[in-house]
Amino acid sequence: MPTLWCWGCGDGVILKAFIRAIDKLGWKKDDICLVSGIGCSGRFSSYVDMNTVHTTHGRTIAFATGIKLANPEKHVICVAGDGDALAIGGNHTIHGCRRNIDITLILINNFIYGLTNSQTSPTTPKGFWTVSQKAGNIDPTFDGCKLAIASGASFVGRENVTAPKKLEKLIYQALDHKGFSFVEALSNCHINLGRKNKMNSAMANLDWIDSITVSKKKYDAMSEEEQLNLLPTGVLKQDTEAAEYCDMYAEIIKVHQGERAKITQDDFTKKI
Amino acid sequence: MSTREVISSGNDLAARAAVDAGCMFFGGYPLTPSSEVMHTISDLLPKVGGTAIQMEDEIAGVAAAIGAGMAGVRTLTATSGPGISLKAENLGLAQMCEVPLVVINVMRGGPSTGLPTRVSQGDVAQAKNPSHGDYKSITLCAGNLAECYTETVRAFNLADRFMQPVFVLLDETIGHMHAKAEIPTAEAVKADIVPRKTFDGAPEDYRPYGVEQNEPAVLNPMYQGYRYHYTGLHHDAMGFPTEEIETCRKLIDRLFRKVEEFTDEIESNEEYMIDDADILIVAYGSASLAVKEAVNTLRAEGVKVGMFRPITLWPSPEKRMHELGQQFKTVLSVELNQGQYLEEVQRSMGRLDIHKLTKTNGRPFSPADIIEKVKEL
Repeated sequence: MPTLWCWGCGDGVILKAFIRAIDKLGWKKDDICLVSGIGCSGRFSSYVDMNTVHTTHGRTIAFATGIKLANPEKHVICVAGDGDALAIGGNHTIHGCRRNIDITLILINNFIYGLTNSQTSPTTPKGFWTVSQKAGNIDPTFDGCKLAIASGASFVGRENVTAPKKLEKLIYQALDHKGFSFVEALSNCHINLGRKNKMNSAMANLDWIDSITVSKKKYDAMSEEEQLNLLPTGVLKQDTEAAEYCDMYAEIIKVHQGERAKITQDDFTKKI
Repeated sequence: MSTREVISSGNDLAARAAVDAGCMFFGGYPLTPSSEVMHTISDLLPKVGGTAIQMEDEIAGVAAAIGAGMAGVRTLTATSGPGISLKAENLGLAQMCEVPLVVINVMRGGPSTGLPTRVSQGDVAQAKNPSHGDYKSITLCAGNLAECYTETVRAFNLADRFMQPVFVLLDETIGHMHAKAEIPTAEAVKADIVPRKTFDGAPEDYRPYGVEQNEPAVLNPMYQGYRYHYTGLHHDAMGFPTEEIETCRKLIDRLFRKVEEFTDEIESNEEYMIDDADILIVAYGSASLAVKEAVNTLRAEGVKVGMFRPITLWPSPEKRMHELGQQFKTVLSVELNQGQYLEEVQRSMGRLDIHKLTKTNGRPFSPADIIEKVKEL
């Protein structure tokens, strides 16, 4: 299938891993809604045969929240880019995680605004050339997984497009998890990130991603100094006990329909 | 239609109307003076198995509401002018994707933070084109308590008929007014619900956006075997992005024609004592309450004055206003802004000599303001 993505783009690897994970789960296409935002990742939704929604820049999770609450028993998945989910849509990412609503977010992080020709993104490494910071990027970089963990997502993981099988497994685990699941898929953009940063080919860009990633197990065994410029991969957090938002809202319905007493602090172990 | 008497406020009545009209989802964010809509509906919706959610911001509030609309349920958001400014981009998406949605705007003083707890009608121009791009807005404006209910009900039916967002403009005065109102019974409202059209043929024959040039999209609810694509990009008959010249032209042309060719289904006006009048006042929303009172007082004094009140502001009742513009030598436009609708009155009537009475200090008109102005004419 021809796509809008450049030759050698990692987004196709993620798309394949995603489709394989769905196939393994045995979910019906009709029971899935895939929501995407704006950017290269935004086109993800137009390449799958599901109920698909291509929304405004950064608002993916907000739209998905309404879609999910309208039919809580169906599967809702978001795909967003690093600019999409961490810059313009950062607020929605935080609050999607916080609500722990049963949505899976696949954040495709290619470290740059690729579609719009190389502007700095919240994940662009410091010192990299971007078209909006030709003298070198001075903006501190964002760790999306740390944000997701701190915000309350009950499943957080990161994988790299150079490990498609691991990525597929991670996406499978995220989809299978009940609650907000956050998957950061590190992808290459040799065209709009690599070209001006000494990574002229897809392979060179992918080698660089390999060089900055390490499995969580190895990462945890490292000293803080060794960890400094590395991103851990694998499942970084999984909490199967955290209450899911649609389930909690079902309790609100019960209160209003007189089926149970009002919700109080006693209903929660962790109150603040 | 069987009716009932209630004692309530405009904001409460709008929320009740939504639920009676079959709304099953509310997404919003607190914003004075509209918040009571959210307060009330967050109690009412779970009672009927629906969902009301306070989102993290105005943008997310409307996005969630549109998402529910895409999924296939009747959906609402409520806010005031500053919230509409934030929601504008996603309202454009709903126009482009043809997602039915009702947006209640309880107007307050602006621009910017303005006068949060005081009245204005400053969002009338905004309601015509809240976001970038070309489309045809539908905007209803409640002129009394009962209409906070009936116009909200009408908005839901129009949203499903034309497959697009429909604005209901209230303002601080009418939203917070608390009094007796006679409104239709919930049963009567339910009996009149006209749900959105759906396609029930073979899925392979389904073309959600492949409709006649003056028809809205036919968007089946999700998860029923009719898979298609929603996008804010120009799109083809299945909803997939395209830049094909003729498809792009036809899409935007259709967004206009689906409304323009059926304005008789949307237009609604009140004409008060205009048959023998010498002076015509054009007013809408809460300003019309003071105008009506002034008309009664002036009539008692022998001044022949009448009022034309558009209830549907957009598309404007341009033909009727044109006729009235030829009939009346003296026309006065009264509104709580600097003359946002005056421009539409001038355009429709084809003349510039329309007198105006405006107010933008956050205070409502008193009948005395209007009586004084009419006597100056």
